[in-house]
Amino acid sequence: MIHSLFLINTSGDLFLEKHWKSVISRSVCDYFFEAREKAVEPDNVPPVIPTPHHYLITIYREKIFFVSVIQTEVPPLFVIEFLHRVAETFQDYFGECSETTIKDNVVIVYELLEEMLDNGFPLATESNILKELIRPPTILRSMVNTITGSSNVGETLPTGQLSSIPWRRAGVKYTNNEAYFDVVEEIDAILDKSGTTVFAEIQGVIDACVKLSGMPDLTLSFMNPRLLDDVSFHPCVRYKRWESERVISFIPPDGNFQLMSYHISAQNLVAIPIYVKQNISFFETGSSGRLDITVGPKQTMGKTVECLVVTIHMPKVVLSANLNATQGTYNYDPVTKILLWDIGKLNPQKLPNLKGSLSLLSGAPKPEENPSLNIDLKIQQLAISGLKVNRLDMYGEKYKPFKGVKYVTKAGKFQVRT
Amino acid sequence: MTDSKYFTTTKKGEIFELKAELNSDKKEKKKEAVKKVIASMTVGKDVSALFPDVVNCMQTDNLELKKLVYLYLMNYAKSQPDMAIMAVNTFVKDCEDPNPLIRALAVRTMGCIRVDKITEYLCEPLRKCLKDEDPYVRKTAAVCVAKLHDINAQLVEDQGFLDTLKDLISDSNPMVVANAVAALSEIAESHPNSNLLDLNPQTINKLLTALNECTEWGQIFILDCLANYMPRDDRESQSICERVTPRLSHANSAVVLSAVKVLMKFMEMLPKDLDYYGTLLKKLAPPLVTLLSAEPELQYVALRNINLIVQKRPEILKHEMKVFFVKYNDPIYVKLEKLDIMIRLASQANIAQVLAELKEYATEVDVDFVRKAVRAIGRCAIKVEQSAERCVSTLLDLIQTKVNYVVQEAIVVIKDIFRKYPNKYESVIATLCENLDSLDEPEARAAMIWIVGEYAERIDNADELLESFLEGFHDESTQVQLQLLTAIVKLFLKKPTETQELVQQVLSLATQDSDNPDLRDRGYIYWRLLSTDPVAAKEVVLAEKPLISEETDLIEPTLLEELICHIGTLASVYHKPPSAFVEGSRGVQHKRIPARAGSGESAESSDVGQSGPSEAPPAVIPSQGDLLGDLLNLDLAPPTATVPSVQPSMQMGAMDLLGGGLDSLMGDDSDTLGGDIGGSPSMGAGLGAAPAAMPASLGAAPAVGGGLGDLFDLGGGVGMPTGSYVAPKTVWLLAMKGKGLEISGTFARRGGIIQMDLTLTNKAMSVMTDFAIQFNRNSFGLAPAGPLQVLTPLSPNQTIDVSLPLSTSGPVMKMEPLNNLQVAVKNNIDVFYFSCQYPLSLLFVEDGKMDRQVFLATWKDIPNENEAHFQIKDIHLNSDVASNKLQGSNIFTIAKRTVEGQDMLYQSVKLTNGIWVLAEMRIQTGNPNYTLSIRCRAPEVCQFVYLCYELVLKN
Repeated sequence: MIHSLFLINTSGDLFLEKHWKSVISRSVCDYFFEAREKAVEPDNVPPVIPTPHHYLITIYREKIFFVSVIQTEVPPLFVIEFLHRVAETFQDYFGECSETTIKDNVVIVYELLEEMLDNGFPLATESNILKELIRPPTILRSMVNTITGSSNVGETLPTGQLSSIPWRRAGVKYTNNEAYFDVVEEIDAILDKSGTTVFAEIQGVIDACVKLSGMPDLTLSFMNPRLLDDVSFHPCVRYKRWESERVISFIPPDGNFQLMSYHISAQNLVAIPIYVKQNISFFETGSSGRLDITVGPKQTMGKTVECLVVTIHMPKVVLSANLNATQGTYNYDPVTKILLWDIGKLNPQKLPNLKGSLSLLSGAPKPEENPSLNIDLKIQQLAISGLKVNRLDMYGEKYKPFKGVKYVTKAGKFQVRT
Repeated sequence: MTDSKYFTTTKKGEIFELKAELNSDKKEKKKEAVKKVIASMTVGKDVSALFPDVVNCMQTDNLELKKLVYLYLMNYAKSQPDMAIMAVNTFVKDCEDPNPLIRALAVRTMGCIRVDKITEYLCEPLRKCLKDEDPYVRKTAAVCVAKLHDINAQLVEDQGFLDTLKDLISDSNPMVVANAVAALSEIAESHPNSNLLDLNPQTINKLLTALNECTEWGQIFILDCLANYMPRDDRESQSICERVTPRLSHANSAVVLSAVKVLMKFMEMLPKDLDYYGTLLKKLAPPLVTLLSAEPELQYVALRNINLIVQKRPEILKHEMKVFFVKYNDPIYVKLEKLDIMIRLASQANIAQVLAELKEYATEVDVDFVRKAVRAIGRCAIKVEQSAERCVSTLLDLIQTKVNYVVQEAIVVIKDIFRKYPNKYESVIATLCENLDSLDEPEARAAMIWIVGEYAERIDNADELLESFLEGFHDESTQVQLQLLTAIVKLFLKKPTETQELVQQVLSLATQDSDNPDLRDRGYIYWRLLSTDPVAAKEVVLAEKPLISEETDLIEPTLLEELICHIGTLASVYHKPPSAFVEGSRGVQHKRIPARAGSGESAESSDVGQSGPSEAPPAVIPSQGDLLGDLLNLDLAPPTATVPSVQPSMQMGAMDLLGGGLDSLMGDDSDTLGGDIGGSPSMGAGLGAAPAAMPASLGAAPAVGGGLGDLFDLGGGVGMPTGSYVAPKTVWLLAMKGKGLEISGTFARRGGIIQMDLTLTNKAMSVMTDFAIQFNRNSFGLAPAGPLQVLTPLSPNQTIDVSLPLSTSGPVMKMEPLNNLQVAVKNNIDVFYFSCQYPLSLLFVEDGKMDRQVFLATWKDIPNENEAHFQIKDIHLNSDVASNKLQGSNIFTIAKRTVEGQDMLYQSVKLTNGIWVLAEMRIQTGNPNYTLSIRCRAPEVCQFVYLCYELVLKN
């Protein structure tokens, strides 16, 4: 099971250690530092590093390496999932998961880690339960605590912990009862030079914000549930009803949570909202190149494309860019070699264009690789897969809740090859 | 207001300050001080000197302060064992606290203090907590047993905690069950043979029920534990699969992968023509694809496992090629894995797409990735023959880019393509030669030299090219030197006139100026060959090379099977068996995929345990079948139709038998069995009504059927078979008669498969090849199920062991004696004939267990003339051991009863051709002679069945 955890920042400082069994010397991290050095980019550090006596399983989140030490055969996914859960809990408690916030709240962090794992076995990872055991810090509470001397550790056993619905606490009360659902879809796609789709798929999630009193039993149904053949549910969802009736029936956790995620695969036709016409070329002589990019709408279902950003990872030899954008602003960072063009709203009448010359390191050979374009975008009020919520029903409680569904489509890993 | 203030210190000396604050009277100040201590601890500062002061703060009502002190204790108790004793009293007191949170906290912390003296005090509180009324305390205590075991295993065993832990598997709370399983699994890992997780259908059922209700982490433990279970037949394995499948839709990827492991393992047992098998295959693909949209670290582990899965069952993901396409901002470790899987999935159908992608990757920035992409193109060419031409032209395009490392990789793979498809693509050699100068890596240089040597006759200036390499001979790596030596010798053999000087030069360089023994040896061999017999040299050096195989990097099948059983673990990430690298596991058991149930007709083979690890002990299961029968009997009408009473006018043998045996068998069990027998229609009704009565959690209707069926199967309550007896090999064909080929062999039945184990010995002077085998028609239609697998030539004095699977679908002809088998073996020398006799037990199928009622009816149905009596002498076994032994050979004991010191065993056997053999065996205590009565509709087999009895019992 999970033996120890070390938190390390990008500059290689080990700023927190926690041991669940016996203390393991931090020198074990030397193997991590070695791998870190070899990987150059922090993203490329391999997740599993063997050492003579231990295994290091690492995740990289928010510029922090979470390095866990294990000694026996443990499912690595189990460890990785747990580490992600730790990072999410920090985020949940402190608003962000960063070295500063962790250091600022080191005692709570320590208490949390102790509560989440016992001898390497996960104990309480549900944020609902944790928050009953250890209250998250707020300015008001810490003031009250200082004045009254009370503590931020719960004195009683969390109610939900052992019930058959551990994700919900008992006795929830709201004056305004509301349930909101966000259907968020991300398009992962690779388009080739000519604009044809090499690969495209949709990753969707339904995020919920449910603030309902008592023990509501909700049923969410879709107009077209057939679209969903590959789904992962929050543990609260009754899988059997989904199997038989294709409705999502559940007693919700209190507050924000992810109800389900789904995946619409490459086999189905995935609509691509924009097209990109691009030409990036480097001349054989003269240490320069040209760039010409135009973006236009394709299948937007009549909605506006917003927050459009094009990012290009230029070859190392590109020194600077002298371009002209008909819309939005561009910026070339000669250190990271990233060209960023922030377009904003896509106007179908006047297509945005970025054009101009690139100058290369003099004397350098023409770069071999072609830079890929990364696209970011957002379309409000649209789930690109066509998924639509039909209705939300509530049973078990008498009041009438406010209900709402929002749709948004974003670009995930959306790449255009050149 | 943040905790960072705890890090700031004054100049006076931190420890000193803290000490003063810890001993302060003010509660608030104390707490702040402990927090400072903890803060120092988190960054690895040694604050153990404050031990007594911190422990003094332990006696408090403030839970936060208590928790903080506990945190401190866990870290430092080991360094101050004597001081730690001071804390014991508080712990013991806390274990009695009315607040379950505090009880749990105390037992939990105590377990974390790895000090021997403290663990002694832990036992009593722990025992109480394991039986605590609050499930939160019980689940914490379960984990504590594992902690304690880690510190002092002997103590845990002596105190009987393991049994208590096993009891917790039946706890009413799913979280407690999950933790108990987790704790037992961890303990079991350090005691591989300890049988801690005694899995039987009842516990499995409990685990499956808990699976639906416990937390995601608990689900992982339970699924991993389930994966160690060996279902008894395909129905059970299907019903487990059905209940595990919903886990594939879990949001936690570790749950998903553990579920995949269980399914991958158990579906091996399902017959392939089953509809459900196809459904299951389809269900596996989407969750695996979904794992690839998770965080990169998860993707990596998923990809390593998918790599195994596509090798085992390529059909699952064959349509999902596109999800493995690489995105340019994937981390490198994900890119390399995706590439590997793309090649494994490459087929004629998708090769165009794959090649286009690979070409794209070859222009990327990352050197390692580009190299692997180029290599992948070569592997595609070798794997998919139709694409070879396209691959070669793609590689040529890449060579034109003149990017150094691309060219070198391309040349290395083109060499392999030449070896796979000789005389097809040599036209490209000219292009390759142009790039000779740019090669600076040994592997590429060696590949190029090999090409020049191999095709020397087609390259005009081959001698010049090789000569140019020779100049820097001593600076080359061994790989290149060896290749150069061989290439020049080849060249000489092809063009002897112009290259004499060159070959002499290289031979002297290799033999005289080199320190490398390999190089020198090879040099000398060539030299001698060339100087003594140039014709022979030609035959040796220019011999036709075997074609290289399709896929070179496949994991060896037995390892793959083992790894499939370890999906989701570190072993699956490293593609090595756990025994190879996990330190903690002392002698890990090798896990095996269960064998598929017998071929169609014997659908419920119960013998899989035999091929699997013999983990489960022969546990006697209470006969639930009887209980159920009893229940049904009570609920439904009383047994109206009674068994036709046994007529005293029966003939001699039957009299004896039924009078003494069956009759009283029925008499004894009449309350239970009578209902069973008489009321078989009511049984049917019970079955039909049962699903309604079963708990809904059992799942869909088919699952219920399966579950019930399992219950009935238990009826016999006999433990695991001990394995069928295999006679030692005897010589069947003497070397004298076989022109030097000696064959000895035996027969075995392993997991429902009949095998002929042969040992072939070549006692002749020449090599034997081209082995084949054929059988004459025989009584039970035995025929080889595959060719005789003797792949390599058998050289003189070599012995080889072969296992030949047999089927019973061959042509039938009655032989004399019945079990005679005439065999013909052919090799390159001649055809040889011999005959051998197989034990009839070879043909006893795994589902030869007759229902009790059917047994009774059948016994009476078979005419008395068909009964044969035998004596088995000198057996010193008690009836249970004997019946267990016999079960190993598929002779099933249906009932047993004892009358006046005599054990009567009623047994049934089914042959592959559907003939049933019924037997009664009498064992008298103290008498080593058993009496055996056999009844069969085909009386001629009785004699041979008796022989099998004797064989099995005496060995």
